[in-house]
Amino acid sequence: MEQRGLGMLRLPGLLAALGMLVGQAALGMQRERTTPLSYWRDLNLWPLPLSVKTTPRLLYLSPGNFFFGHSPTSKAGPSCEVLQEAFRRYYDYIFGFYKWPLGSDKVPSAMELQKLEVSVIMNPQCDSFPNITSDESYNLLVKGPVATLTANRVWGVLRGLETFSQLIYQDSYGTFIANESNIVDSPRFPHRGILIDTSRHFLPVKTILKTLDAMAFNKFNVLHWHIVDDQSFPYQSTTFPELSNKGSYSLSHVYTPNDVRTVIEYAQLRGIRVLPEFDSPGHTASWGKGQKDVLTPCYHAREPSGTFGPINPILNSTYSFLSQLFKEISAVFPDEFIHLGGDEVNFDCWESNLAVQHFMRNKGFGKKIEKLESFYMQRVLDMISAMNKRSIVWQEVYDDEVKLTQGTVVQIWKMGNLRMKLSKVTAAGFPVIISAPWYLDVINYGEDWKQYYSVEPLRFAGTREQKQLVIGGEACLWGEYVDATNLTPRLWPRASAVGERLWSHQEVTDLEDAYRRLTRHRCRMVKRGIAAQPLFTGYCDHEGRI
Amino acid sequence: MAGSMLRFSLLLAAAFAGRATALWPWPQYIQTSELRYTIFPHSFQFQYHLSSAAQVGCSVLDEAFQRYRDLLFGSVALRFSHPIEKRHTSEKNSLMVLVVTPGCDQFPSLGSVENYTLTINDEQCLLLSETVWGALRGLETFSQLIWRSPEGTFYVNKTDIEDFPRFPHRGLLLDTSRHYLPLASILDTLDVMAYNKFNVFHWHLVDDSSFPYESFTFPDLTKKGSYNPATHIYTAQDVKEVIEYARLRGIRVLAEFDTPGHTLSWGPGVPGLLTPCYSGSHPSGTFGPVNPILNNTYEFMSTFFLEISTVFPDFYLHLGGDEVDFTCWKSNPDIQAFMKKKGFGDDFKKLESFYIQTLLDTVSAYGKGYVVWQEVFDNQVKVRPDTIIQVWREEIPVKYVKEMALVTRAGFRALLSAPWYLNHITYGPDWKEIYLVEPLAFEGSPEQKALVIGGEACMWGEYVDSTNLVPRLWPRAGAVAERLWSNKMVSNLDFAFKRLSHFRCELLRRGVQAQPLSVGYCDMEFEQT
Repeated sequence: MEQRGLGMLRLPGLLAALGMLVGQAALGMQRERTTPLSYWRDLNLWPLPLSVKTTPRLLYLSPGNFFFGHSPTSKAGPSCEVLQEAFRRYYDYIFGFYKWPLGSDKVPSAMELQKLEVSVIMNPQCDSFPNITSDESYNLLVKGPVATLTANRVWGVLRGLETFSQLIYQDSYGTFIANESNIVDSPRFPHRGILIDTSRHFLPVKTILKTLDAMAFNKFNVLHWHIVDDQSFPYQSTTFPELSNKGSYSLSHVYTPNDVRTVIEYAQLRGIRVLPEFDSPGHTASWGKGQKDVLTPCYHAREPSGTFGPINPILNSTYSFLSQLFKEISAVFPDEFIHLGGDEVNFDCWESNLAVQHFMRNKGFGKKIEKLESFYMQRVLDMISAMNKRSIVWQEVYDDEVKLTQGTVVQIWKMGNLRMKLSKVTAAGFPVIISAPWYLDVINYGEDWKQYYSVEPLRFAGTREQKQLVIGGEACLWGEYVDATNLTPRLWPRASAVGERLWSHQEVTDLEDAYRRLTRHRCRMVKRGIAAQPLFTGYCDHEGRI
Repeated sequence: MAGSMLRFSLLLAAAFAGRATALWPWPQYIQTSELRYTIFPHSFQFQYHLSSAAQVGCSVLDEAFQRYRDLLFGSVALRFSHPIEKRHTSEKNSLMVLVVTPGCDQFPSLGSVENYTLTINDEQCLLLSETVWGALRGLETFSQLIWRSPEGTFYVNKTDIEDFPRFPHRGLLLDTSRHYLPLASILDTLDVMAYNKFNVFHWHLVDDSSFPYESFTFPDLTKKGSYNPATHIYTAQDVKEVIEYARLRGIRVLAEFDTPGHTLSWGPGVPGLLTPCYSGSHPSGTFGPVNPILNNTYEFMSTFFLEISTVFPDFYLHLGGDEVDFTCWKSNPDIQAFMKKKGFGDDFKKLESFYIQTLLDTVSAYGKGYVVWQEVFDNQVKVRPDTIIQVWREEIPVKYVKEMALVTRAGFRALLSAPWYLNHITYGPDWKEIYLVEPLAFEGSPEQKALVIGGEACMWGEYVDSTNLVPRLWPRAGAVAERLWSNKMVSNLDFAFKRLSHFRCELLRRGVQAQPLSVGYCDMEFEQT
């Protein structure tokens, strides 16, 4: 097992040791399937846990005689909201979508599974927001009559509950069954994200919440919210209300502070971080409508052409505006990170502008317009540091040689020279997030999930330390051709392929087995109300209705 | 006739890019002005003209009136009392519908006349049509003419429309074998088809993957051939419901039972029907196409298609005939012997012909016409001269444009689908390519061109089920709809983009999960349930 991250991630040994002990005690007598990656053929787990040991022994569950509870020794109890909410959710996922069979509760108690007892070993973090270092590992011991789920923190419990729910199925008589099993699990990468774009098309809050549900089913833990862009500015700022008043598609196409809070809390309860992106200095056309002078006036033949380019980097007013805006954002979004964008800055407009030319000369930038970009990005990065937040930027910021403070995360999105780029950025000591192979908005006919699934994030030349700097990846669903009408089937189960790549062990790469499990996982999502599209010809017992 | 109208049509396209011209598909002739009439939802009525051949009790129109009332004013509470404005605009409180030829209970057919005229001026608000089918098309157009001011008032502009379809067969294919589509998905699709003036639902009911059609003569077909015989089937009642739902919208149901290939799911329910494939001198345990050398096969087909001919009222049946894989036939020694006996040599196309000819004769005897996929023509099966050939292959054996020329030169009527496989998806605004297809752009005489009766958008089901059908279909299929309805000259992409974007928002308003064409928004976005 590898642990990776920002140099501060270490699996507390306590849990690992405990898992081994419990596992041996419970299953020592059984004939086990114990190769490191063994799994029972009929298991439909997605993403596949680190270690699954399972026996053919069946345990029976009765909806009327099963409950989730806290272990007496758990550090978390009924006052832990994140767990209480999860218990109710998972009870519904397990039993609520089936017709309950009659008279199925007459099973010998030795074979009955009556309770899942949850035990949190360390300070549970019930009221915290998840963060990049959150411990998501868990041990799940499924035996009768009481199964146990042990984790260091609530985040591991959430992941373990999802796994537990995936273990339970119905036999042909409708009885709920689980195989006796022992699962030890933890993620391969700590940053497993989905990017949604609410600027090209507005996504109603309900759609975002649905996406968070599906993310939890796939053990994703970061919602990268590309909230504004050229096309519209739906984020309602309390400091600068005109930004969305003028910059949104319409006054009903906005996210109020309450909407944003709703998303953050909904995500928190599912162990998902909300990473806001306010992309600048490019991709900001919509900002100009509500904030005077924030964009650069473009020139044509020494006259203003009436069009505008990127944010104007030469005015003090720009930076005082940004500092107020980011101050608000850093208070509204609890995550440690803010995504600052920095991609695809179009230099033509800057170059055309007389005042910008003058500024370049004054600063001694010469003709190198990238230096102006650097100048801008550095000031914004410093701003964010001063607010005790950390920054994530798109790869151009690194490519254009902006001086980055240690710990700034670089997100790689360009396919060209991907491996070389990974080598370089990590050699320079910066943590990276990979998205390049996972642009899910780019669609093709056929089974393209296989291509996403077969990506190996660490396949680049570099030392062990360099590989450790890959903190994860993101599946990106840009919004040019996506809105609430087609988001869900376009995202799921294609993003699930990315989900497993980022969670499961590097060696979990068998396409046939993945197909078998993913087909069933997609039907499970459909049953849970997610309109996940089919992988190929076939059917689900419960077909979806949009 | 079309020539002089066309000039107006294009002129107006340029002159009125406003809301009154947000029609899809674009009518053959339209003249509209800025003069507008107010419509009050609580008092507005659809009414039969006194001299109309259709009157109250005409199921097709009674129900259509109800539907369009709901579509137009559904969300507006009827108690909504509107302040009476100054009378600088006059009010329209009814649309008079006048149908010339009686007939409300029949089914639409290939020959149905769908012409209509809409006249909205100071004197009248009149929808005139030859048949109820034309009235349906006109009601749809009328519903697209009505718009709402920001204050919520409904208006319709002074307008003259004279409209008729360019092609009589404007179809959409759904595949319910690769994935089962719940009945509701099919019915919803029929609704949206009507909004797009499509008039043929090509129902590719069964295929290799599953046999969801519940046959009363051979119940084992579904029992053993469906994905799940309790849930993933179409009962006789379901089929009836689809046919009637379609009829009420002026849509024909063209049922396809594809043979002799694409029939794996038939096998379990009818022992002996499929050809046993051989590996060396022994049966391999796998099966190929329908076994064409047994009398039993033809007896079965004869009984089965008798049922199908009765269940589906349309004059035409689709008999498939595509992609027959000869390897299994080749491997089977009984078939080899049969080939020798018949003097077919090594030409398995002759065996295919033999099968299909026998089948076609059977179906002809039931008083039905038929549509087949192009292979039947390519393989020179002798077919009746009134057979309709559906062209679906883009490049092989020849480019589809060439195939259209060949089919029509041989004197057969042709349907075009090759460029309209909507299950094929790519990144970006692929509707443009779909839209720019010109069905008659092949070398041929006017007589040949006249043999092109239309086309079909196809949504094959390998990767499509009820989770993604709707956004994948709409508004992309709309591009095909306009190509098949509107004048050939209506092909300006900017004009189409404006109208189609508007139409897709209208679809959202009507509850259809139609996906976006590009960046932007609709006043009423799709809301997750």
